[in-house]
Amino acid sequence: MAIPISYNIRNLKLRKGLTIMTALGIALTVTTAIFLMALLAGLQRAFVSSGNPRNVLVLRKGSEAELQSGFDHTLFATLTTLPGIGKDSHGQPMVSGELVVVIVLPRKDGTGEVNVTVRGMMPDGLELRPSVKLAEGRWFQTGQREVVVSQSIRNRFSRAKIGDTMEFGKGSWKVVGVFDAGGSAYESEVWGDVNQMAADFDRTEGYSSAYLSATDPVAADALKNRVSDDQRLKLEGVLETEYYAKQTRSGGPIKIIGIVVAVIMAIGSSFAAMNTMYAAVAYRGREIATLRVLGFSRPSILTSFVLESLMLSLLGALAGILLMLPFNGMQTGTSNAVTFSEVVFSLQITPLVAAAAVGFALIMGLVGGFAPAWHAARQNILTALRG
Amino acid sequence: MTLSSFIFRNTFRNKRRSFLTMLSISFSLLLLTLMMSIWRTFYIDQGPPDAIKRVVTRDRVSLAQFLPAYYREKIRAVPGVVAVVPLTWFGGRYKDDRSQNSFAQMATDPDEYMKVATDKIVPPEQVAAWQHDRTGALVDVELAKKYGWKLGDRITLQGTIFEVNPELTIRAIYHIDPPVRAIYFNQKYLEESVPWFKGQAGFYIAQVASSTDVAPVSKIVDDTFRNSPQPTKTESQKAFQLSFVAALGNVKAFILLICGAVVFAILLVSANTMAMSIRGRTREVAVLKTLGFTHQYVLSLFVGEAVTLALAGGVAGVVAASGIIRWLTHSSLAIGIPAGMSVTIPTMLVSLLVAAAVGFASSCLPAYNASRMNIVEGLRHVG
Repeated sequence: MAIPISYNIRNLKLRKGLTIMTALGIALTVTTAIFLMALLAGLQRAFVSSGNPRNVLVLRKGSEAELQSGFDHTLFATLTTLPGIGKDSHGQPMVSGELVVVIVLPRKDGTGEVNVTVRGMMPDGLELRPSVKLAEGRWFQTGQREVVVSQSIRNRFSRAKIGDTMEFGKGSWKVVGVFDAGGSAYESEVWGDVNQMAADFDRTEGYSSAYLSATDPVAADALKNRVSDDQRLKLEGVLETEYYAKQTRSGGPIKIIGIVVAVIMAIGSSFAAMNTMYAAVAYRGREIATLRVLGFSRPSILTSFVLESLMLSLLGALAGILLMLPFNGMQTGTSNAVTFSEVVFSLQITPLVAAAAVGFALIMGLVGGFAPAWHAARQNILTALRG
Repeated sequence: MTLSSFIFRNTFRNKRRSFLTMLSISFSLLLLTLMMSIWRTFYIDQGPPDAIKRVVTRDRVSLAQFLPAYYREKIRAVPGVVAVVPLTWFGGRYKDDRSQNSFAQMATDPDEYMKVATDKIVPPEQVAAWQHDRTGALVDVELAKKYGWKLGDRITLQGTIFEVNPELTIRAIYHIDPPVRAIYFNQKYLEESVPWFKGQAGFYIAQVASSTDVAPVSKIVDDTFRNSPQPTKTESQKAFQLSFVAALGNVKAFILLICGAVVFAILLVSANTMAMSIRGRTREVAVLKTLGFTHQYVLSLFVGEAVTLALAGGVAGVVAASGIIRWLTHSSLAIGIPAGMSVTIPTMLVSLLVAAAVGFASSCLPAYNASRMNIVEGLRHVG
């Protein structure tokens, strides 16, 4: 027969101070784990949600990133004639030759300077990225020294509001608009006209990359192969979605540090939980013996105490999640391992992160609770009753 | 019986509880010591004496932008500069692109490189051999050990930024403490194979006469190129390396957050243990007071116990942390671990101080309550 769960709940309530302090200890560990998992989830979202499945990104063969890639105008002209490319609003092939460079911007809070990606694009560049919406102002105009910046760039860097001028390349650029990239990797970029930028960065001989928009995702796959297989071009086509998915590995250092920190803290908390449970068992020696006399079996006592420990850790997990919720959506940045520029992303406490946090806490509870529960179940009835 | 021996015996009376508390505290302090060591390496440590006399000049806007070759002689002309070499990040692959096979690959000028890299120890005949072979390479001793490279061996790197796969012959092996896993080869070899790269360099490292020259030299260099097509950014080598750390995000806030959580966690664990321990001894305290021991004596008894326990946990944590860091910096897994990281004596002392302070703070309230307890009630208490 199982011991009713209300018995454990009452016991946790009885030792309020002990319960709260142990649960808080677990909550702190859970908070740290959530913080790190939310960082990774945000980073994942920044890359995974970037890219339109219809877009094919063309790079020089062997290049891993747009920053390292480059080819000249004649090759780009050949690309635009490939079959399978969709039409833009003017009835022309929807393609954009782009220039990608990295510039240094000072952080607003004065904590140093950060590399930011600047992207020069053709007018179609805006059309083939329908997920990016204008939030304020207007788009840059072709032939003008104008730029649009992402919302997070505007928030994180000084001199990046509408009407400000940014200094890079060979002169100043007017900020005319702010765009909302929906948390994608574009959230860390500054956009302008490709020809204006090429002149400033002495890259007039060609482009870093090209974006081709296929009529549909299936055609995009065929287009990708057509680019890569053409021996004359010496270019490589990748689906935009795949290109960004590969960059998720930028989260590598955070992931490793996160795992190490979370595991060390979890071990520490497990010992603390074990302590609390041992104390709970020690105080209740006579009570446990009474339960045994009443006919509750050893397994049911073992289960009862493990359950109590699990409840304790669950309490900690909930407290941890509550503590972290105000930070949901907080923005931060890290360096993209592929482009060396800043990727801006936000903390994302997704249901999966919350579930993982609860699971993490339950493991701590199980590890901390099993030995004391075992001890409780194995107690000699007679000595315990007498003590 | 003296107070100290009384404290000591009581601390380890409930062996299991003391042991678990100690373990819990030691894991937290392990983390705290690791974090403080990272902080020290990044923000406090000035680096080895040779490194503080080096400045790095790069393109002001982007590290990915190359600088013209003529900048080198202009930098050399700045008063205080002793030697200057170009360095270019080759960024190629060795064998495959798995992270355990990634290490720094730099193209430089072998004729002058050793004048700047004064802390790299290489036998003179090996330096000469490297300078005479255009395809020669200077490699780190730990890297050579890892791959079993010997002098005269040939290796091939695969270019990703540069469309060339240089075949290099190992001509020299350097020792440096702390280790820097890198390979250096002749910039001319790269220029011959990649025509568009000719006449350029990734960045320049200059050796200055004394550490007080760093700031003025940096300023003069940047002023020299201010109105040229490519303005520069010159800073100490340490600041240059820190700019990569800054790119990881707000590292300072991150470390502080973790440290704060850890300290608070130990406080909870320690307070918990002390509360449990004092609760179990209510009647004993009453007996002590009946025998004539004062409030202060009872108070110091419990506070001493908590501090002893926290310090024991602290010692274990600090020892473990220094062991881990020592192992990490010397293992081949150490990619991205900042060179020169170690747990110094001051860091250890700060950790132990934190442990003692936390032990003290956590025991104050329960110990005070115990010392103020009414004797009659205490004697009546059923444990």
